[in-house]
Amino acid sequence: MELISPTDFAKGKIHSIQEYTLLALRSLANLFQKPLYLADMAQQADLIGVGSLPIVLSACFFTGAALALNSATTLSRFGALTVTGQLVSIGIIRELGPVLAGLVVAGRNASGMASEIGSMIVTEQIDAMRALGTDPIKKLVTPRVVSTVIMLLFLTILGDFCGLTGGSFVASGLLGLDFREYWTYAWQTLVYSDITMGLVKPIVFGFIVATVGCYYGMTAKGGTQGVGRATTEAVVAAMILIIFLDLMVTRLLIVVLGLS
Amino acid sequence: MATPTLPSERASLRPSEPAGDAVVFEDVRIAFNENEVLRGVSFRLPLGETKALFGVAGSGKSTILKLAIGLIKPDSGRITVLGNDVTEMQEEDLFALRRKIGMVFQESALFDSLTVSENVAYRLMEEHGVYDEEIDQRVREALRFVELERTVDMFPSELSGGMRRRVAIARAIITQPSSLLYDSPTGGLDPVTSNTIVELIVKQRDVYKTSSLMVTHRLQDAFTMATHQFDKQTGQLRALPRGQYCDVPMSFLILRDGKVIFDGDIHALAHTQDEYIKEYVS
Repeated sequence: MELISPTDFAKGKIHSIQEYTLLALRSLANLFQKPLYLADMAQQADLIGVGSLPIVLSACFFTGAALALNSATTLSRFGALTVTGQLVSIGIIRELGPVLAGLVVAGRNASGMASEIGSMIVTEQIDAMRALGTDPIKKLVTPRVVSTVIMLLFLTILGDFCGLTGGSFVASGLLGLDFREYWTYAWQTLVYSDITMGLVKPIVFGFIVATVGCYYGMTAKGGTQGVGRATTEAVVAAMILIIFLDLMVTRLLIVVLGLS
Repeated sequence: MATPTLPSERASLRPSEPAGDAVVFEDVRIAFNENEVLRGVSFRLPLGETKALFGVAGSGKSTILKLAIGLIKPDSGRITVLGNDVTEMQEEDLFALRRKIGMVFQESALFDSLTVSENVAYRLMEEHGVYDEEIDQRVREALRFVELERTVDMFPSELSGGMRRRVAIARAIITQPSSLLYDSPTGGLDPVTSNTIVELIVKQRDVYKTSSLMVTHRLQDAFTMATHQFDKQTGQLRALPRGQYCDVPMSFLILRDGKVIFDGDIHALAHTQDEYIKEYVS
């Protein structure tokens, strides 16, 4: 294996960040230029939103149920079992709903975008698109970014509801809590800033999933092996960035919304 | 040879091209990973002429086509296409210029998720937004031109290599561009299919007066193009008497070690004294 000098390695990484930033910015700038490719957006929304629905809902449902079960173990020691709904609600809405939906969509769609666009790169379809006078970023990247952001937002909202439902099933079925009491606590504990945090995160995560998936696809090289490598790297990078940005966004919103 | 059906004479409505050059390369250099592929390439393609590019594998023939359409930028030198300096143009401006140029890629590069008709209609769909009756009619005309009208609803994966190449030609010519770039259009095809494609290229040259750069490894294809003309009356290629070869707007360009070692017509090629070229064409 050829050894790369630290300087070349650093230059390569900085170049990648620069290229990714340019791609991400151009995908946004294209929103203000015609054509908008609304049909492509609708097609991608169906693929990303409807296609990811079962897995996001089931992941959130079972995580909400497990969260209720785990919370109850600790809360019962302090005789505070009745506030299980409160804990599940905060945990799901602020944190687990957006992160779970983001990770699931990253695993499912960042890989799909990287492999689809990567295959187009290695078979010269992207060059053909450019030769036919079409901007591939406008045609392929922008619709995916818009659709992922919008659909991840709605997937998160539905996932949050499923997470709370999963918690309520455990609370009433296994812990003997009153169903209505669980939902009352879960609802009443939420404030405006919790909802804001829960809705800002999927927007950020959706943008990351789509731009990372498209970036790795656009930079794929080395034939089918290169496409496979780009697909794997896209999923890994998107997941790491989601987890890292979750921390950053949480900290930022705590400061901005005055939650501390 | 087969006789493809002529499409409607839409191109005849195109205003006559002014005299000048379709493509001009001036001292163009480009390197990939310290490997200098082109070392000061200069040539000109007059409007209405077809130039066949020859050279061994890796000599930079396909690179010249990609440079001409602005898909890659040279390290130095100047490239002018239809009066536009593509080396100075931004990507956004290049999209407008590329709409006047058609390109047939080596491996066809058809969009595999679109049907044949959607592939051929791609450029028109981008301009008009919807696949209407007028676009459908033009798609059928273009597919009739390449004798593939029956394949409209098929996907590229269902076609043979030669059929894919012909669909790529239909996609490139549907808007009747001023210039066409062919990257090994007959590469890897059987002689019958190759002849059909050569006939299509000659027809495009002689009927629509399109300027073309054609990369090829098959000398016999280029010689056929240089010694035949398309006869609109019979719809077939017609062999010209030896004395009339100069009437054919066809030239040859040979690359060696990143440099142009020959650029001229069939007479100059036949009478060259260069040993390498003699060996190459023999």
